Amino acid sequence: MMNKILEIKNLSKFYQTNEKEIHVLDNININVFQNDFLGIIGPSGSGKSTILSIIANLEDYDLGSIIKKDNLKIGYMLQKDYLMPYLTILDNCLIGLKINKKCTKENIEKTKKMLIKYGLGKYINSYPDDLSGGQRQRAALIRTLVLDPDILLLDEPFSALDYQTRLNISKDIKNIIKEEKKTLIIVTHDINEAINMCNRIIVLSNTPAKIKSIYKIDEDNKDEMYLYKKIWSDLTND
Amino acid sequence: MISNERKKYLKKRKKEKILILFFQILILFLFIIIWELLSRFKIIDTFLLSSPSNILKTIIKLYKSNNLFSHIFKTLDEIIISFVLGNIIGFIISSILWFNKKLSLILDPYLTIINSLPKVAFGPLIIILVGANTNSIIIMSLLISSIVSILNMNTFFKNTDKNIIKIIKTMGGNKYDIFFRVVVPSNLNYILDSFKVNISMCFVGVIMGEFLVSKEGIGYLINYGSQIFNMNLVLTGIILLVLLTIILYLIINLIIKKIKRY
Repeated sequence: MMNKILEIKNLSKFYQTNEKEIHVLDNININVFQNDFLGIIGPSGSGKSTILSIIANLEDYDLGSIIKKDNLKIGYMLQKDYLMPYLTILDNCLIGLKINKKCTKENIEKTKKMLIKYGLGKYINSYPDDLSGGQRQRAALIRTLVLDPDILLLDEPFSALDYQTRLNISKDIKNIIKEEKKTLIIVTHDINEAINMCNRIIVLSNTPAKIKSIYKIDEDNKDEMYLYKKIWSDLTND
Repeated sequence: MISNERKKYLKKRKKEKILILFFQILILFLFIIIWELLSRFKIIDTFLLSSPSNILKTIIKLYKSNNLFSHIFKTLDEIIISFVLGNIIGFIISSILWFNKKLSLILDPYLTIINSLPKVAFGPLIIILVGANTNSIIIMSLLISSIVSILNMNTFFKNTDKNIIKIIKTMGGNKYDIFFRVVVPSNLNYILDSFKVNISMCFVGVIMGEFLVSKEGIGYLINYGSQIFNMNLVLTGIILLVLLTIILYLIINLIIKKIKRY
């Protein structure tokens, strides 16, 4: 029996502006299980990121409900790493611990070990400007992981990187998250990225976003070409 | 090891720097020499426009009568006090406005109006309220400098990257975490740079204040000189002001360089 940690039920959301009301999400239903690698893919501006913001309590929703496992801890990563240029890599990674008053000697050691383990040992006392785009994104992931979240929300985390770096870092990040035994929800508009990283892909329609289709991916036996074509046709035929 | 190419490049840069400095100083010298010559050959009226040698004489005379440094330090005192206070007031008020979005919206038009008013108009009112003393000079200067620093810092704080704030929020950070861990440190460089503008605002305020009330200071020298039609004194005051501006600007630049971390 799979362990359900998050359930989104009949979720709808409207944005209100002075001029008009925009219906962004329409009756979204998603179940997330422990160790899931869930991809949400959709046209740009379809409200993919809004789903993550709502899960992370950064935004309200209008209709429906979200049921979370008790004490579900959430980690969030955005398009860019948003490391603070005035802090060293170590201090950047410790910021969450400091905010939560958990910056103990033990946790500092743990963070250092993690940085070393994932190839950033040399850069512990460097500033973000000294790192490459991929290294910065990895540091941002460690900043999220040291808080020991149950579920990681990645909002187009590689879109600011060039193609080659993106390929490498997406594999990299996937492996790290697997090794740390976390659950992942990733929002992307890159079909290949979703196929490579996820075991389930949800395709959203144009606004107001509805769930158009769901694909289960068997990692050992996947026909990438076939999946790509299917998802592509889902995205383009409205 | 430094490569030959690097050495060449550094040498070239150094040469350029020296050349620029040379021309900067040359302009100053030419200006002084031409001014002196024009006055010597009576092409300009020294009674109205003085001359470098007359200004030097006036400075020496002031120094001999033990007045030179008392005037300079009086003005310097007032500038430093109003600079420090102005920035503290600016920081406190703009912090309050950042924590209170509604209050910020309510006060917005008032800040804009106060900023665009010519503050010298408040001069007589301040003198009547505070008295004809140093305090009213400092208040005058604060009126000018703190409003600029409030508006500047308010803009910096408001423009803090929303996404970094988002990250801090998802980590469970509250408003204080956001303010002290992101808003202030990420704007520190801008705040430091705004000090350069602020110091000149303090100059304007202090000299204006000294025109109105003081019995000492560079502003007083200029004002007194004009009243007794002693243009040597007026121009001496202006030259002292220029020197003081340069020195303070350099000191602030040095402090900023020391504090800036990245």
